[in-house]
Amino acid sequence: MGGYILKRLVSAIPVLLGITVIVFLIMALIPGDPATAILGSYATPENVAKLNADLGLDKPLVQQYFIWLGNMLTGDFGTSFALNRPVLDEVMERFGATLILAGTAFVLCSLLGVAAGVVSAANQYGAADKAITFTVLLGISIPSFFLGMMMILIFSVQLRWFPVSGMWPIYGARDVWALLDHLILPASALAVVATGVIARLSRSAMLEVLRQDFIRTARAKGVRERGVIWRHALRAAMVSIIPVLGIQAGFVLSGAVYIEIVFQWPGIGRMLVDAILKRDILLVQGGVVVVAACYVMFNIAVDVGQALLDPRIKT
Amino acid sequence: MSLLSLSRRGLLAAGTALGLGLLALSPPPATAQTPPGVLIVGQIAEPKALDPAAVTAVNDFRILMNVYDGLVRYKDGTLEVEPALATSWEISEDGTEYTFTLREGVTFHDGSAFDAEAVKFNFDRMLDESHPYHDTGPFPLAFFFSAVQEVEVVDPLTVKFTLDAPYAPFLSNLAYPTGLIVSPAAVAEHGAEFGRNPSGTGAFTFAEWRANEAVVIEANPDYWDGAPELQAVVFRPITDANTRTAEMLAGGIDLMVEVPPVALSQFQDAPYTVHEQAGPHVWFLILNAKEGPFADVRVRQAANYAINKSAIVNDVLEGTAEVAAGPTPPAFAWAYNEALEPYPYDPDKARALIAEAGAEGAELTFYVTEGGSGMLDPVAMGTAMQADLEAVGFDVSIETYEWNTFLGNVNPGLEGKADMAQMAWMTNDPDTLPYLALRTEAWPDQGGFNSGYYSNPEVDALLEQARVATDQDERARLYKEMQEIVQEDAPWVFVANWKQNAVTSDRVEGFSLQPSFFLLLDDVVKN
Repeated sequence: MGGYILKRLVSAIPVLLGITVIVFLIMALIPGDPATAILGSYATPENVAKLNADLGLDKPLVQQYFIWLGNMLTGDFGTSFALNRPVLDEVMERFGATLILAGTAFVLCSLLGVAAGVVSAANQYGAADKAITFTVLLGISIPSFFLGMMMILIFSVQLRWFPVSGMWPIYGARDVWALLDHLILPASALAVVATGVIARLSRSAMLEVLRQDFIRTARAKGVRERGVIWRHALRAAMVSIIPVLGIQAGFVLSGAVYIEIVFQWPGIGRMLVDAILKRDILLVQGGVVVVAACYVMFNIAVDVGQALLDPRIKT
Repeated sequence: MSLLSLSRRGLLAAGTALGLGLLALSPPPATAQTPPGVLIVGQIAEPKALDPAAVTAVNDFRILMNVYDGLVRYKDGTLEVEPALATSWEISEDGTEYTFTLREGVTFHDGSAFDAEAVKFNFDRMLDESHPYHDTGPFPLAFFFSAVQEVEVVDPLTVKFTLDAPYAPFLSNLAYPTGLIVSPAAVAEHGAEFGRNPSGTGAFTFAEWRANEAVVIEANPDYWDGAPELQAVVFRPITDANTRTAEMLAGGIDLMVEVPPVALSQFQDAPYTVHEQAGPHVWFLILNAKEGPFADVRVRQAANYAINKSAIVNDVLEGTAEVAAGPTPPAFAWAYNEALEPYPYDPDKARALIAEAGAEGAELTFYVTEGGSGMLDPVAMGTAMQADLEAVGFDVSIETYEWNTFLGNVNPGLEGKADMAQMAWMTNDPDTLPYLALRTEAWPDQGGFNSGYYSNPEVDALLEQARVATDQDERARLYKEMQEIVQEDAPWVFVANWKQNAVTSDRVEGFSLQPSFFLLLDDVVKN
């Protein structure tokens, strides 16, 4: 097993290097440069050249890449031009905020989605099924940023139940309750579409299982319906539901960008959008590399986990 | 079915739990309210740094102007300079030596004294590459003071600037945020981190910067110009305009800047007050005077007649701007030519001029940007202009670019690429824009912004003379004459002067916007 893990880790190195090259090239190729973005109206060629030299952007591209890579390998991701702050500090703080938001949304959509799917399947064509199917369709059809704005208007502006934006109160304690207060609206808005998708797929997975012989046997044995549905059927259906959850986890993470903008959540998606608009090269590169590295590591962890459970997967 | 009963029971239980949770969570409405004496300002972005020499964005200036002072500042409600940290100054006959007498007894927030050495430190740090703290930059706007040859300490309260040539905008550049004075002791202590540990002489002292959340400044009780009424100001970065509007409506902020035109109607009634102030901003179309149809002055004038500027200002911009008459914004009251009337909307006259020039049906390429500093609502404005120009017989095709790409296309000049391009400038002196964008020597190949290749020796001469004249009346006369000629030559379509806006809640008193677009909070009261 140790050898397998090592092999997977080694195979990740070219992937990560490839990512750094691609990210670096994309930022170098898109038109506009940080100096022009910083100087705005005052971007005379002379001023731009001077500022680029101050920022170290006048060196050849290949040299810039290796300087950046070398620094990064020693843990120095550089300083953001636009925020004047170490890239790594900013990225880690922002990534943490995104994980809180996306993690909460993922828990919400998994629980609600599976529950709705199960209830729906257990009452196929019944009133509950129809109500859930309708709601789910509605949820899937509303773009999350629009839903977010509507939620702000209703729950924050009209009812004043929750704060409009941000992650922490400006004044007062920064505890779990304060965080939840700020988290409920964005996490719900982010969870809605994924909940719908999970509910639909859970419903069909359950329906499939409910038609199988062991369910009939269980019922014949006199197991109560509640037990049949939640213990026997759901357990079998989870086999096809779990991969759906996996895909939705990625979807929730990437969908967080819109929600972060609407709710001004200080997450990494919003950070990257701002950084790209300001041509804050080092921040974009650092952010993408960190996210990509986490993604690669997550995949390796999943593969290793699966290999531990089922040695046949190890190839 | 037992499942239904279960789910109903379950739902009830879950609902109750959720309800209880919400009760526990939802704070009393009071927490949405901000403490008395603390003003919460909705900003448009996270500041880059609080070091005036290192930043370029109006957004950052809004904080800086309250933490620092310059040697001079703009008189309330004008763009004319008055004493601040300097109590008086003398300008030598030839206009190259400025001697300032400094205010006595002023200290920086960190306790160190403000004196002539501190002034010298500030300018040497920006301009002298061998200065020990030059590496705390970069200082992108240092060229505002590139005329400064030497800063000399005459005595602790007297400082002399020597310029390499007479340069009339020097005083108003000193009033600009780049000229604000920082504490040398704090720069020495924090080095490159000074931008996050600022120390000035201003009405407010820096208290705290929580990344992506808030910058907090507190009243300076010892302020030389009288301690501010507010206890503290919190600047919150809220980049999305809709969210900023919602925060204002929900009471999460007391003052909001840059209200989107479509949201203004939300704030027309109590408890809100909408503030408006025209500033030193001009929105125009650069016309390519070197080649194509706009090489003919009649066609350039025709474009000015053809575009319905009042419709754009009133309908597209919802009244958040005024129709521009010429290249100089009226906010520069002393230098603005009141006699100038905007080109009227007259499509018939436009058609006649086009026919005279034989440019009927000319094909025009029009560069439009998606948005950018001071560009207002460029796509909608561009579309309206396209329709107006097509109505008088042009065939206009729009090319739209993201802001940085747009600048990369426009600043090197329009030759061979386009006939017209959108542009907007905000400046602090009537010299800046025409000097950088209308002179013959400001063509892009010479490092200027004259991307449409306008050239008129008369205008060149007037601008050079105005720059070296130190008498304000003389400068005003020269600028007024320049505006008349430029309006007639029509190198641009003069479109709009933006009125900056802000909304305050009924708890805020004593607030007014400045034509400089700075946000000054030392006289604001919050109840």
